[in-house]
Amino acid sequence: MSRVTLLSVCMSAALLVYILEMVRRRRLREEYSILWLCGSMVILVLSVKQDWLIRLSRIVGIAYPPSLLFLVGILFIMLILIHFSIAISKLHQMNKRMAQELALLKEEVKEGDPK
Amino acid sequence: MDRPPHRVLIAIPAFQEEQTIGQIVSALRRRFPYDVLVVNDGSTDATSAAARSAGATVLDLPCNLGIGGAAQTAFLFARDRGYEALVRIDGDGQHEIEDIPRVLEPILAGKADAAIGSRFLGEAGYRGSIPRIFGIRFFRSLVNLFTGYRVTDPTSGFFAINRRLIEFYSRHYPSDYPEVDAYILMHRLGAGTAEVPVRMYARVEGKSSITTFGAIYYMVKVTLSFLINAIRRFG
Repeated sequence: MSRVTLLSVCMSAALLVYILEMVRRRRLREEYSILWLCGSMVILVLSVKQDWLIRLSRIVGIAYPPSLLFLVGILFIMLILIHFSIAISKLHQMNKRMAQELALLKEEVKEGDPK
Repeated sequence: MDRPPHRVLIAIPAFQEEQTIGQIVSALRRRFPYDVLVVNDGSTDATSAAARSAGATVLDLPCNLGIGGAAQTAFLFARDRGYEALVRIDGDGQHEIEDIPRVLEPILAGKADAAIGSRFLGEAGYRGSIPRIFGIRFFRSLVNLFTGYRVTDPTSGFFAINRRLIEFYSRHYPSDYPEVDAYILMHRLGAGTAEVPVRMYARVEGKSSITTFGAIYYMVKVTLSFLINAIRRFG
């Protein structure tokens, strides 16, 4: 195993373990961990099975196989960022509803007798 | 107590309007038999206290939601309390309150679902800067192209709506810059609209929420959300 292979195996394995540990301690919700786990597993597999990487890059027509690794990494980062934008939008919507309900409820409480 | 023949709510979203809100609320209370609701959009000044002591019902939002989010809080209030009509005006004195009966008339007469006050109809005589006029022209064409509504003042925040739109807006209303967007929402609902001439004044206190960079962002954001709303599904 070359040094660079060893490095990328170690890094993706460390990422995988770290994500699992965060989920186990409930610091990261399962739904948000799925993408991270998939991403780190794909990188791990492609670092170990280099002939897969080479074959795959030949199929898609990439001359320099490691750049496929970059491509996969960048795609994964984009995916996770979109996922975050969606999650933030959902939170924004929920937060707005909550603030509105709170303002309405405060007024009812102040009135004593609602409606 | 005498009940007015129609249950009408005058709603004012307000953010940092302590200088003007008290005056407006007391003028409204003197002039009309309608309930006045101020939605305080997370102001840090005395907006809430000033509005309350002038006789308005005040809803205090715990954080700033933006003008549309605040207006929607008023729609929710009107929906829950069974109001038949809602008039929305600004809290900074830009809208002439004597013109409220004009925007309300088509609603109470059942002639339209929404009546929007226009500063360009009649001899109201409004003058704005060149970029502002350009923006208004642009949105006029956009609204006309996509909804068929003929509007002169697409960014007007002075309007009255009936029960049907109160209920619809309670569910669907943009958080910020809602005025132009509202037309596509109304179009999707199949609502009937009317424009009536009203007077609007330059701001007395405070600054317009729109800066130069803000104006570009405004155009892009409003156009985008307008187009998205044209193809969105409403549940």
